[in-house]
Amino acid sequence: MAVELKMPALSPTMEEGTLAKWLVKEGDTVAPGDILAEIETDKATMEFEAIDEGTVGQILVPEGTENVAVGTVIAMLSGEDDGDALTAPAPTAAASEPTPVAAPLAAPAKPATSAPKSDPEIPHGTNMATVTVRDALRDGMAEEMRRDERVFVMGEEVAEYQGAYKVTQGLLAEFGPKRVIDTPITEYGFAGIGTGAAMGGLRPIVEFMTFNFAMQAIDHIINSAAKTNYMSGGQMRCPVVFRGPNGAASRVGAQHSQNYGPWYASVPGLIVIAPYDSSDAKGLMKAAIRCDDPVVFLENELVYGRSFELPEMDDHVLPIGKARIMREGSDVTIVSYSIGVGLSLDAAEQLAAEGIEAEVIDLRTLRPLDKQAVLDSLMKTNRVVVAEEGWPTCSISSEIITLCMEDGFDDLDAPVLRVCNEDVPLPYAANLEKLALLNTAGIVAAVKKVCYRD
Amino acid sequence: MLKRRVRTVLVQQLQYEDVPLAKPTRTRKAASKPDLSQSDAEFALRSLQAEHEKAKRYSASDEQMLGFYEQMLLIRRFEEKAGQLYGLGLIGGFCHLYIGQEAVAVGLQSALAEGKDSVITGYRDHGHMLAYGIDPKVIMAELTGRQAGISKGKGGSMHMFSTEHKFYGGHGIVGAQVPLGAGLAFAHKYRDDGGICLAYFGDGAANQGQVYETFNMAALWNLPIVFVIENNGYAMGTAVKRSSAETEFYRRGTAFRIPGMDVNGMDVLEVRAAAEVAFAHVREGKGPVLMELNTYRYRGHSMSDPAKYRSREEVQEQRDHNDPIERLKKELAERGKNEDDLKAIDKAIRAKVADAADFAENSPEPDADELYTDVLVGSY
Repeated sequence: MAVELKMPALSPTMEEGTLAKWLVKEGDTVAPGDILAEIETDKATMEFEAIDEGTVGQILVPEGTENVAVGTVIAMLSGEDDGDALTAPAPTAAASEPTPVAAPLAAPAKPATSAPKSDPEIPHGTNMATVTVRDALRDGMAEEMRRDERVFVMGEEVAEYQGAYKVTQGLLAEFGPKRVIDTPITEYGFAGIGTGAAMGGLRPIVEFMTFNFAMQAIDHIINSAAKTNYMSGGQMRCPVVFRGPNGAASRVGAQHSQNYGPWYASVPGLIVIAPYDSSDAKGLMKAAIRCDDPVVFLENELVYGRSFELPEMDDHVLPIGKARIMREGSDVTIVSYSIGVGLSLDAAEQLAAEGIEAEVIDLRTLRPLDKQAVLDSLMKTNRVVVAEEGWPTCSISSEIITLCMEDGFDDLDAPVLRVCNEDVPLPYAANLEKLALLNTAGIVAAVKKVCYRD
Repeated sequence: MLKRRVRTVLVQQLQYEDVPLAKPTRTRKAASKPDLSQSDAEFALRSLQAEHEKAKRYSASDEQMLGFYEQMLLIRRFEEKAGQLYGLGLIGGFCHLYIGQEAVAVGLQSALAEGKDSVITGYRDHGHMLAYGIDPKVIMAELTGRQAGISKGKGGSMHMFSTEHKFYGGHGIVGAQVPLGAGLAFAHKYRDDGGICLAYFGDGAANQGQVYETFNMAALWNLPIVFVIENNGYAMGTAVKRSSAETEFYRRGTAFRIPGMDVNGMDVLEVRAAAEVAFAHVREGKGPVLMELNTYRYRGHSMSDPAKYRSREEVQEQRDHNDPIERLKKELAERGKNEDDLKAIDKAIRAKVADAADFAENSPEPDADELYTDVLVGSY
């Protein structure tokens, strides 16, 4: 069987090239791997190798020929069983283009986003305990570790030190060193190991002492954890939770004070959760650990010590992807998350004293966003302010504003405003730090502006 | 060019064995520092190498030899076909061929327990998949970006996985597979399932920081992992000696007390013999091993390789005198396997690869709706 040797492509974009040199001549015997010719483009030279063994037949394109189209038959090669079928059946100028089976041209159907589930009912008469966010997070982890042997915690100082911020306090005593693992200070490495363990079927909780240090590990969060399910056509699950404090703490300067919510929320394949109070911290932590997708769970150091009511239930699990109305109001909607929720609630109290009833929405999950909750509130109040402890540019605020423009424009009675941190690295000096961060006064002022009350 | 300086290496090896790795304790140490002199004496970088040198080549049965031959030949023919399909525009993007390195994947993986032990590698992954018995059709169909591909056409050459075979990719970021592999080993240990992880990376990836972060934790936690550096001499186009201060990669675990092995990766029987030693060590719970497999890639780093950083003679020298398939073929002939039988094997493999190529060429592209599937597992 004679084989047509065709002009190869060096790259997907190459259309033609120069047949620089023939390294064989008609009648030569070649084996697979033997170099037949050199092909040049403006970018590179490639050696063209024989795939099959046989005898070189007619050379159809002489060396030195320029602009030879990819796919052109340049020579014939006879197979070992052939007689002398060494000439081309008919000289073809250029072989036909490869014709992969065409994909349907119709626009792909986007899967309908399922309506977010609502929070489970708290049975009447349930006792409400007062618990710090720190303990709520710990209790959420501990309950899941009791429930599922595959769950373990790893990170710097999570075990013997009891957690750099005491979030893992007591876990070592209950679960032992097999499941509560102190790591060396090596974020890239242990984030990779945690991700690999999830691929191998475990349910790791990877604690970053703060999310600032997760920048060393962001390659594994994004390239390894978030994308693998898609790249494997749904074969490779990666049920890992990356958690730790996020955002500004107090007086720790620019390298330790940053909100990564917008970074992670921009990545398809990740779930991003940023709770505010104890009930959400626990209920969403438990949901995150049970989730089959990789989760980035953003906590806040300044909120760890705050106490909130938490229903005493056997299994307090909250839905991912569902925002929560923290305060009902009819005049304006304040959308926020994490520490910003507290500031927004304070602002709403001040505004109420001035006769403005603000509805406060806690997004709780940053990806996927509960768009409907924002749009429903907008439909009710016709005014939106976004309050975010983080930089304004390419932020969650930007996203909420886009949402209101794209899907809520007709309901808007005023432009949507955002109140964020100043667009500077966070300064150390107490007065400058205060000036740079999101604050209640700023939220109040923005609300008055959209209500045309200033 | 390949491995080079055999005598020098042997001399160094003796020195390494004789000299404890840390100086013996002299006087006072910081109170918190354990006295390491005892364990230092026990730890010898070359302990496994000495074991390997005792029986350097695996004594394979005729049947095993034929099996190795068939697998290596399948990888080579598959890769040649992939190169051809790339040239025809049927495969896009990056495509890294394994031609020349076949003995590494076949020699090592033939010693693993498929379904129990896990394997992970970088982007030059076709050979490792074929060596683990994954159907060439679904691999080739992934290369051509078709629905029937192992990743439904959404991964491509560098991103292929088979959880069924415990093959965990196929990773495109240089070095990322090393901590991921340690995570797989961590899972084996956590579940106490007796499995080990084989994590491949190249001489290029060996310079990534995360590799050493992983060495540290893998040794610290005694993880059942074999780190395999496939030293093919070039990180893309940068020769080892131009990128690496320590070019003897098997030594690079020393700081972490990981024993190293220096293995001829062009002889499948030497590779298999070394695998027996390394895997036994890891299975006995003695912690990780670092193997350097000295090999050679005949083709370019990827398809568009300028071929300017090494001479044609260097490549030809390897092909002519060091080819793992030719070596085994010669041995099979010496064992009395006749030429016709080998030709029949070759013919059958060509047919198998041709089938895979036809399948890959004629399968439909993914349905447009696949664009949105597999982003998340759950619905929220």
